[in-house]
Amino acid sequence: MSNLPTAPETLADYVSGNLWLFFAIATAAIMGYLTLNALFLIWLERKISAHIQRRLGPMEVGWHGVLQTVADMLKLLSKQLVTPRAIDKPLYHLAPVVVFAPVIASVAMFPFAEDLVILDIELSLAYVFVFGGIGIIGIFMAGWGSNNKYALLGAMRSVAQNISYEIPLILSALSVVLLVSGLEPVIINDNDQLRPASGISLIDIAIVQDAKGWWFVLVQPVAALIYFIAAVAETNRAPFDIPEAESELVAGFHTEYSGMRFAMFFFAEYTNMIIVSMVATVLFFGGWSGPLLPGPVWFFGKTYLLIGGMMWFRWTFPRLRFDQLMSFCWTVLIPLSIVNLLVTALVLELL
Amino acid sequence: MSTEPNPEPNPAMAPDGDPEVYYLNMGPQHPSMHGVLRLVLKMRGEEILEAEPVIGYAHRAHEKMAENRNYLMFLPNTSRVDYLSGMIYNIAYCQAIEKIMDIEVPERAEYIRIIACELNRISSHLLWFGTFLLDLGGITPFLYCFDDREEILDILDSVTGSRLTYSYGRFGGVTMDVDSAFVARTRAFLARMRDERLPKYRRLVGDNVIFRERCEGVGVITRDVAFRYGVTGPCLRSTGVAYDVRRAEPYSIYDRFEFKIPTRVEGDTMARFDLRIEEMEESCKIVEQAVDGLPEGPIMPAKPKKRYRPPAGEYYFAVESARGHFGTYIISDGTDVPVKLKLRTPSFSNLSSMPDVLRNTMVADTIAIVGSIDVVMPEIDR
Repeated sequence: MSNLPTAPETLADYVSGNLWLFFAIATAAIMGYLTLNALFLIWLERKISAHIQRRLGPMEVGWHGVLQTVADMLKLLSKQLVTPRAIDKPLYHLAPVVVFAPVIASVAMFPFAEDLVILDIELSLAYVFVFGGIGIIGIFMAGWGSNNKYALLGAMRSVAQNISYEIPLILSALSVVLLVSGLEPVIINDNDQLRPASGISLIDIAIVQDAKGWWFVLVQPVAALIYFIAAVAETNRAPFDIPEAESELVAGFHTEYSGMRFAMFFFAEYTNMIIVSMVATVLFFGGWSGPLLPGPVWFFGKTYLLIGGMMWFRWTFPRLRFDQLMSFCWTVLIPLSIVNLLVTALVLELL
Repeated sequence: MSTEPNPEPNPAMAPDGDPEVYYLNMGPQHPSMHGVLRLVLKMRGEEILEAEPVIGYAHRAHEKMAENRNYLMFLPNTSRVDYLSGMIYNIAYCQAIEKIMDIEVPERAEYIRIIACELNRISSHLLWFGTFLLDLGGITPFLYCFDDREEILDILDSVTGSRLTYSYGRFGGVTMDVDSAFVARTRAFLARMRDERLPKYRRLVGDNVIFRERCEGVGVITRDVAFRYGVTGPCLRSTGVAYDVRRAEPYSIYDRFEFKIPTRVEGDTMARFDLRIEEMEESCKIVEQAVDGLPEGPIMPAKPKKRYRPPAGEYYFAVESARGHFGTYIISDGTDVPVKLKLRTPSFSNLSSMPDVLRNTMVADTIAIVGSIDVVMPEIDR
């Protein structure tokens, strides 16, 4: 009997011993959270826009309309999926999945608190950016596969925009990476092994800010601003929402998608919002660190505050024109972020 | 410009062998084509090589209907030609008949007409302002404008009984008298508009960097183009020509009021925006003076005619609508049914200039430019 494996003592032990079960539960938890989050954000957006515009917004379904988005989702689920005849079938059907899947994968990387992270890998920051880039392929697949000129124009704009704005996004994140590795190193006790904090790991970046007691936004305000602007552009939201520019391109790349297929794009947009806000929270606002309240409260509080800012943007500004958007990126944001990176490196070298 | 079903081929629209050239059919169902305008765009990438407006999707045969009924029975049609400045059209038709038949209009009715028309002009400009911003992607101003516009519609509703398609005018006067509540409400609206709303619109929208970037230097209508196509209204005044029928050929009692004809020289989208905001201010001034000077008295002639039979001949009468020079051309053979009634609507001429203006712009600009000239499709198709 002694050669049998020891039985798990608690569920938690059992789960951590069984990798597949762990991933199944983690995926279910992420999906559940993201669904709730998207439903909540859509409701929040409608409420915020309503109050900016001196109206009430949804009021009928549930308390102040909180269940409105649930009703909307049910409606979308029950709708007929209209499939145009002249589409490129594999691309058209695959596109929503390609847009949607990477955003789920990214959420697993985030440290919601010091001991609350689903997948703790060393390169998590790079990983989040890589997965953030995959969605663009899905958007282009949707635009190309739909065989619709508006969709194609939207997809073209989207690819150009996302590729351009990824540069300032990553350059501004790089200045934080430099900061973590360039400052006096913080030593982390990792399973009884001591190692210096790594600038490319989200959890280490948060630990460093927690240990130092100040947030990187204080020393990197320019990078934080550039990051925020580029992040709004990355998520295709107003005033940078030209890929789906309603009044120009009808609905842009998702013109030919209806029902749940459209909902997948919609879902991905709101999930993208939360991912870029979470990255900003970790990079510039100390992740979970904050006095009194528990870590997750601080983490999500900061994240949703940033999202509120993005919503405020959307309902205040008109849309930029495509060429203005590109020239703003290439002539303002990218040079500024490069200068910021160089100055950071120089100062760290001199210190 | 072509009208279906028999479009004449436009040589500029023909494919010229460039494999990168493609055609985009914008409208008649499109979120920012203001009703049922259809633009056929010949494009390379995002650049527009040639544009052709196609009209006729809202044709309701108003002019033909006029030939089948007597002059009075055509009254309800007039405000349906342009439902955004229906009051101006309705009153203009009455004024045309009054001019032909020498009907005396009581003083009080003239003042009420001025108030109603100018309020209507403000509401039309407000709607333009909101939808124009919607075209540019700014959603919030739309709801603010509709809040203001709603107040005007309520004021006009309280006296005319309808919100958009008024049949308020009669040959020789108006149907209903205004009361002190109407006057008080109008004054309150004017105060709100001038002290609170218009400065806010200038500050939040006119001074917005993104908005200015989208509008300045975009969609320039040169004076030459304006003259060639008969462009009128704010679009003409944005090229530096101070032509406004209210001043150029004063009708009704407009010569008694103090107001400016604002002009710009740039001819671009921004100029048209500035102009309309200023025109709203000027209209507020006119309404205020008219409300102050509103005399007592009848609102219809003591003995209205039973039948209206203009003497045989051709007549033309023009007014300044919210969009420009609106003319009523009547051919009468002496009976009480017109032989021909032709409406000269400003949107038609303004839209005609679009192929020249849209050439070598981008898709996003197209929306801004077509939005800025303020077309009302039912007015073009009639």
